[in-house]
Amino acid sequence: MLETVALSCSRGQRRLFSDISVTIKPGTLLAVVGENGSGKTSLLRMLCSLLSPEQGTIMWQGQDIRQLKELYCAQLTYIGHLNGIKDDLTPVENLTVSASLAGEKSAGARVQDALEAVGLRRPVHSLPTRVLSQGQKRRVALARLWLSTRPLWLLDEPFTSLDTAATSFVTQRLQSHLHQGGMVVVVTHQEVALPTDVVQCLRLTG
Amino acid sequence: MNQPSMFEALRGIIQRDLLLAMRRRSDVAMSVFFLVIVASLFPLGVGPEPTVLRTIAPGVLWVAALLACLLSLGRVFTADYLDGVLEQMLLVSQPLAVLVVGKVFAHWVISGLPVVLLSPLLGLQFGLSGESLGVLVLSLLLGTPTLSMIGGIGAALVLGVRGSGLLVALLVLPLYVPVLIFGAGAVTSSSAGIGGEANLSLLGACLVLSLFFAPWATAAALRIALE
Repeated sequence: MLETVALSCSRGQRRLFSDISVTIKPGTLLAVVGENGSGKTSLLRMLCSLLSPEQGTIMWQGQDIRQLKELYCAQLTYIGHLNGIKDDLTPVENLTVSASLAGEKSAGARVQDALEAVGLRRPVHSLPTRVLSQGQKRRVALARLWLSTRPLWLLDEPFTSLDTAATSFVTQRLQSHLHQGGMVVVVTHQEVALPTDVVQCLRLTG
Repeated sequence: MNQPSMFEALRGIIQRDLLLAMRRRSDVAMSVFFLVIVASLFPLGVGPEPTVLRTIAPGVLWVAALLACLLSLGRVFTADYLDGVLEQMLLVSQPLAVLVVGKVFAHWVISGLPVVLLSPLLGLQFGLSGESLGVLVLSLLLGTPTLSMIGGIGAALVLGVRGSGLLVALLVLPLYVPVLIFGAGAVTSSSAGIGGEANLSLLGACLVLSLFFAPWATAAALRIALE
């Protein structure tokens, strides 16, 4: 269970949000919505401990994440605004590297399956990522979700530059993760097509 | 939970960086050619007087090695920072300092090791004796990893700053001074017949010290850069 207690954030002089208290229970998804510049990404970066909160605390299973440090990092998969993939490596190499750093099993077949699950066909697997389109690069980044065994997923606008087919693949994957008792925080401008009983919405007003 | 050991994470990051370097061989070749050209310019400029060349050789070769290392520093973290891989590295469930050691080691293999291997050839141009060539190689072998370690701190500190190339030189070059003095001193004293052991030991001490402190400093700088 992930909890935030009275979280505040300002960038420079500007206060982005204050007093945010939400609880994300296993099997639920938190959709963070709000206009551009309302602090959605800052909130997500706080949740994954890249940014330390100005005020308030973030608790994972009742413990402050600042104390858990690497133990907390071992619980989450973060896919940021940037794809985090290397242009000079092929999709397969990219996934293998990130999976091995995350400590997930990354046998060749599993990586290929993950890429096909997100809709990237075999011929693309051995091309340098540099030559792929934006949408295909995003798919390579999101393919990590099929390899991840972590309970908490933090996704920053996962659906940007994806077509409808890929969006539905990803949504299905999110659903199966929630079914297994996982937690998801997603920053998005789009409606997430999931049953309303598992989705809670946090609107940042800026 | 299937936690990877620290060693696996270290190996993973080194393998990845070396693979990337293989894909971009021209970058690696560039700093090597830079070293060769800079070192070859001096005999042309100073003239072919053997005693003069032998006197300036240690200093020239060491400064050239230092500049070659500096030239490649920009590549250590910048690319990872821009494509978001650095964010992912910060979230790995291993201490960041371990990954930093891996990245710096890969940087040394790519930019420091070629310098060490080429140095006897360059030393010959300056008419260094066999024994001095040996000391030169040894001093570079001990000194270049220190250069990479210190350079890593500088590269992490200037991450995301405009005009970072020049700034990193200003930050890092003063810190390179002890390594330069001991390194060139080792070769000079060996040519003078005193033997370079004292300077080599000091270089070794610098290496141990930087191995101990630099990864933590670099890790802290990276965290600040990504806030």
